[in-house]
Amino acid sequence: MIHDRYSLAFKLYPYERNADQDSATPVRHPVVIVGGGPIGVATALDLGLQGIPVVVLDDHEGIGMGSRAICFAKRTLEIADRYGCGKPMLDKGIVWNLGKVFHDDRKVFEFNLLPEEGHKYPAFINLQQPFFEKFIVDRVRKAQAAGAPIQLRGKNRVDQVTVRDDHVVLDISTPEGTYTIEADWLIGCDGASSPLRGMMGLDFEGRVFQDSFLIADIKMLNDSFPTERWFWFEPYFKSGASTLLHRQPDDVWRVDFQIGWDVDRKEEMKEENIRRRLDAMLGPEVSYEMVWSSIYTFQCKRMERFRHGRVLFAGDAAHQVSPFGARGANSGIQDVDNLGWKLGMVLKGQAPERLLDTYDEERTFGADENILNSTRATDFITPKSKISHVFRNAVLDLAERHAFARPLVNSGRLSVPCTYDGMSLNGEDALPGPARTRPGSPCPDAPLGDGFLLSQLGNDFVILTINTDAPDTLQEDGVTARHVAVRSEDDTSGALAERYLGDASRAVYLIRPDQHVAARWDRYDETAIRAAMRTACAKD
Amino acid sequence: MADLITQPNLPDPDGFYADLIKTYEALDEDAVSGFSARLILLLTNHIGDHDVISQAVEEAVRTNLKAEK
Repeated sequence: MIHDRYSLAFKLYPYERNADQDSATPVRHPVVIVGGGPIGVATALDLGLQGIPVVVLDDHEGIGMGSRAICFAKRTLEIADRYGCGKPMLDKGIVWNLGKVFHDDRKVFEFNLLPEEGHKYPAFINLQQPFFEKFIVDRVRKAQAAGAPIQLRGKNRVDQVTVRDDHVVLDISTPEGTYTIEADWLIGCDGASSPLRGMMGLDFEGRVFQDSFLIADIKMLNDSFPTERWFWFEPYFKSGASTLLHRQPDDVWRVDFQIGWDVDRKEEMKEENIRRRLDAMLGPEVSYEMVWSSIYTFQCKRMERFRHGRVLFAGDAAHQVSPFGARGANSGIQDVDNLGWKLGMVLKGQAPERLLDTYDEERTFGADENILNSTRATDFITPKSKISHVFRNAVLDLAERHAFARPLVNSGRLSVPCTYDGMSLNGEDALPGPARTRPGSPCPDAPLGDGFLLSQLGNDFVILTINTDAPDTLQEDGVTARHVAVRSEDDTSGALAERYLGDASRAVYLIRPDQHVAARWDRYDETAIRAAMRTACAKD
Repeated sequence: MADLITQPNLPDPDGFYADLIKTYEALDEDAVSGFSARLILLLTNHIGDHDVISQAVEEAVRTNLKAEK
C-alpha cells in the first residue's frame, strides 16, 4: 500500500496502469525523474519539449496542499516563459515592489525594489506554490497533446535503486503491485528529505539553525493591508522574535512568526494559539479565516556533488536554504534551466557526457551563493549570540536615522540569478561591453520593437548580432546556432544599448540555450564563434 | 592598498581620551555594548575601506597582550 503523507491541493496525475507494468522484461527509458514537484515536472517539460521521452514518478497523485513557497523571482518567470507557462503565473500572481522594515513599534525604513524598466516580467510576484506547480503541469498537458513524450505517473513510489555504470534500475510500488524499469539517466527531484539520496547513501552536509517558524496564511474578511512586504524585528505585539507579513493572490496574507527552538509543536499548531498570536498583531477588530498553517525549521546545506554517474540531483534534493530571500524554489528552477539543455545535448549525441559535469560545477556554485546569502540573512534575523544581537540592534537603531546603515539591515537578500564567473563553459570576452552581460551572465531582457529580446533567445544556441551581420545559421560539430539580428533602430528605449553595447557600437554574442552568455566579441568572427561553441558544449 | 595608520594621528590625544571616557562612564553597564557597536559602525562606515578595517580588526585581536602571557 502507498499511504498519502499529505493531502492534495490539486489531483493532477491520478494513478493509471502503464504498459511497463505488463512487460515481461524491464523497459528502458532515456530519462526517469523521481519527484513530481515543481522541479521534477519542469525538468520533464524542458526535456519533453526537446522531444526526449521522459517518465516522472511520484508517490502522490498531485500537488500537495499549502501555500509553501510564495515568492517567485523574475528569472524564474523568464524560464517559465521559455517553457510557455510564464503568463498564467504573472496573471494570477501579485506584483509587489515596496518593503517596510520595522523594529519594535517603529518603522526603520522602507525600500523599493525599483524594478528596472524594459523587462517583460516584474522583479517578483507572490503566488501560492500549488498554483505555480499547476501552471507547469497544465503546460505539460498541452505539450503532451502536441506530442511531447512526457509521462507523469502518480502513486508510483520508488522503493529501490540499483546504480550501474551506464544505467539505473528502479523498483517501483503502485496500488496494483510492483514493477521494475531501467533508466539511462535518473534525476532526483524528490525534495529536501530526498528518499533517493538516502537510498544511495549520499551525504547532505551543512548547518542546522535552531529556530522554529510558524506560518499562518490567513484570508482577511473585513480589512486589508497594502501590497507590500512588512518585516518586524522584535515586534511590539510580541507574537514572535520576528514577523513577516506578505500578500498572496485571493486576499490571502502570509504571516510568518519566529517562535524559538524549544516549542511544543502540537500546542503551537492549535488554532486558538495561532489566533492568539495573530490577534495580538492585527488587533481585535480584524476578522480573518485560517487558510493554512505550518511550523518549519530549516537548514542550509547541499550535497557535495550534484552528479553521481548516471544520477543527477536538482532542487531541494540537492540543496537547501533558509526561506529568507526566496532562494529555494527559485534556485531549483535555475537548476532545471541549466540541466535541461545539457542532458538534451548529451542524449542527442551532440555533446560529450562531461557536459553534465558542468551542471555540477555551475549549480554547486549557485547553491553556495544562495547558502551564503541565506545564512547571512538568518544570522541577522536570528542572532546566535548576545553580541550578535547587540550589533543587530545597533544597525537597526542607526538605520532609522541614517542611510548608511540601511544596506546592513538584512531581512533576506532576494533571489537573483547566478552569474557563472570563471566557469569552464565560458568563452572569451572580446567586447568592451557592460559588466552585466559578461560571459556567464544570464541575459537581461530588453524591449525590442513590439516585443522583448528574451522571447527570441533560448532553447538553441543563438548568435545575437547588434548592428552587424552573420549567416542565418552556423553548424559546428552537430550543433546548430541560429542567428538573431537586432539593430539600434529596434531599440527605441536605449535599454538594449545600455545592457549589451556599453561603449561599443556593435556586438556579437554567443548565447547558450539557457539564455546565459557564452562569449562575446566586437565583430563577427566565425573561427572564434566555432571555438566558443565547442567550449560551451564541453568539447575542448 | 591603504595601510592602517598606526603612527600618532590625533591632534589632541589627551582631549580625545578624556571625552571618550566621560561618554562611556555616563553609560549603564547594559548600555555599553550597544553604544560601542553603534560607534564602531559609524566609524567603519566613515573609513569606508574594507582593507583598512580588516587591518584594524586584526591589530585589535593581536594586541590583547595580557592574553599572550
